[in-house]
Amino acid sequence: MELDSLYQEVILDHYKHPLNKKLSPTFTAQVHHVNPSCGDEITLNVNITDGIVTNVSWEGVGCSISQASTSIASDLMTGKNLEEALKIVESFSDLMSSKGTMAGNEDVLEDGVALAGVSKFPARIKCALLGWMAFKDAAIQSSKN
Amino acid sequence: MYLDSGATSQKPRQVLDAERNFYEHSNAAVHRGAHLLAEEASIAYEGARQVLADFLNAELDEVIFTKSATESINALAYSFGNSANGSRFALKPGDRIVVSEIEHHANLIPWQQLAKRTGAELVWFSVDSEGRLDLSNLEELINPSTKIVAITHQSNVLGTIVPIKDIVSRAHSVGAVVVLDACQSAPHFAIDVKALEIDFLAFSAHKALGPTGIGILWGRSEFLNSMEPFLTGGSMIESVTMTEAKWAASPKRFEAGVPNMAQAVGFAAAINYLNELGMDNVAKHEQDLTAYALKKFLQLDKVEVIGPKNNIDRGSVISFTIEGIHPHDVGQVLDQYGVAVRTGHHCAWPLMRKLGLVGTTRASFYVYNDEADVDALIDSILEAQKYFKV
Repeated sequence: MELDSLYQEVILDHYKHPLNKKLSPTFTAQVHHVNPSCGDEITLNVNITDGIVTNVSWEGVGCSISQASTSIASDLMTGKNLEEALKIVESFSDLMSSKGTMAGNEDVLEDGVALAGVSKFPARIKCALLGWMAFKDAAIQSSKN
Repeated sequence: MYLDSGATSQKPRQVLDAERNFYEHSNAAVHRGAHLLAEEASIAYEGARQVLADFLNAELDEVIFTKSATESINALAYSFGNSANGSRFALKPGDRIVVSEIEHHANLIPWQQLAKRTGAELVWFSVDSEGRLDLSNLEELINPSTKIVAITHQSNVLGTIVPIKDIVSRAHSVGAVVVLDACQSAPHFAIDVKALEIDFLAFSAHKALGPTGIGILWGRSEFLNSMEPFLTGGSMIESVTMTEAKWAASPKRFEAGVPNMAQAVGFAAAINYLNELGMDNVAKHEQDLTAYALKKFLQLDKVEVIGPKNNIDRGSVISFTIEGIHPHDVGQVLDQYGVAVRTGHHCAWPLMRKLGLVGTTRASFYVYNDEADVDALIDSILEAQKYFKV
């Protein structure tokens, strides 16, 4: 069934039990991103110290894809150095614009490859990118601060 | 199963034929040119205006073609904003514009921004938990400072039909004008602007079996002929010098440039189609279908209808939420079963915030839907619950 390529079990798991979904009291940058077409909203905090992402936390409302994707991103980015983290975001963006032609590199994206199927559903790509773009924005802001 | 007519309707062949026929046989710029073809184009275009006027029980010179209902409402807001001091339409600090919490963005933001530009105050009717407007503070809300009351006739999210009679009489008693957003009403039941006693009305063709790119603004001619235009340019003038221009009378005053002619002709074909069906039959069909759907919805477990749960003063729009499944995910599963619905905030974000919702899933019915479509909708909701294990 085509739905299964969108809603992989791992996505539904992250949706029901999201990681890092509680805003940290301290942060080096905080951003608020919305998806104006569907109303999804997230607030995301990052802590980046000495070029290392020490913490990513978030709060928000949205569909299973946006919530799971943000959960996956927050987990994946924690502990990476900034340059590496931004490369991973790039890799995920490429996967999302692949129209179903890429499977994604599991060594780089880990659980993120479960979202590969989203690239076949144009209306959902923005949902999947919400958390990643928020992280990228926060990371850049943090490095400017 | 197309259950998204609240966003845009499907079009009958007669509408497509009318547009093609115009391009094949009558295409020329209206009200210009010395040739027969231009004359034929003008006759077709003005004929379309007459069809719309008759549909609304309005006068011919009161029907203005625009590109959309959104443009119609913006045209009004900008026209009011352009009014000279002392005009009844001019706004200043202390004046009041009244809207409601259930407005579509198209009938909220133009007024919100007009208020910002002029210093006028924007106030609104609240929505209650049933999805009806709370009119208990009608007299305080529409006070003597009120200049404009802009209200939807039927909510695109809740289906609520707003009882506008008291609103209109209160507005008129304080000298305010009433602007009716009829996007969700005019395609679905008969509208008589004289009986409603309103002052302005907007709706678009594409939600009423007609083409995209065309809508109307209706207004009382005594108002239209004393209002400032929003767009200026060709066709809308009486005379022009290098430094001055005098405006033509309505409707030309508000139709600058070569208009969407084929679309206007297609719009008229759609209205003729609806007239053939009979607007009372259209309304009856949708009421019956809504009653059937509501009954089924109220039997579902963990599904909540957002909006009136009875069929009184209610149109054929059913918004709902399913516990544990985000609307976007609901829409995705329904699509898998061939059921096309709308999800999200439906361009009524303030209403969603008021109701404490991130969005809803919305099914909206029209003339071509039947009980089998409702059955398919209900079945696919059950499948969504199964899929997401809620």
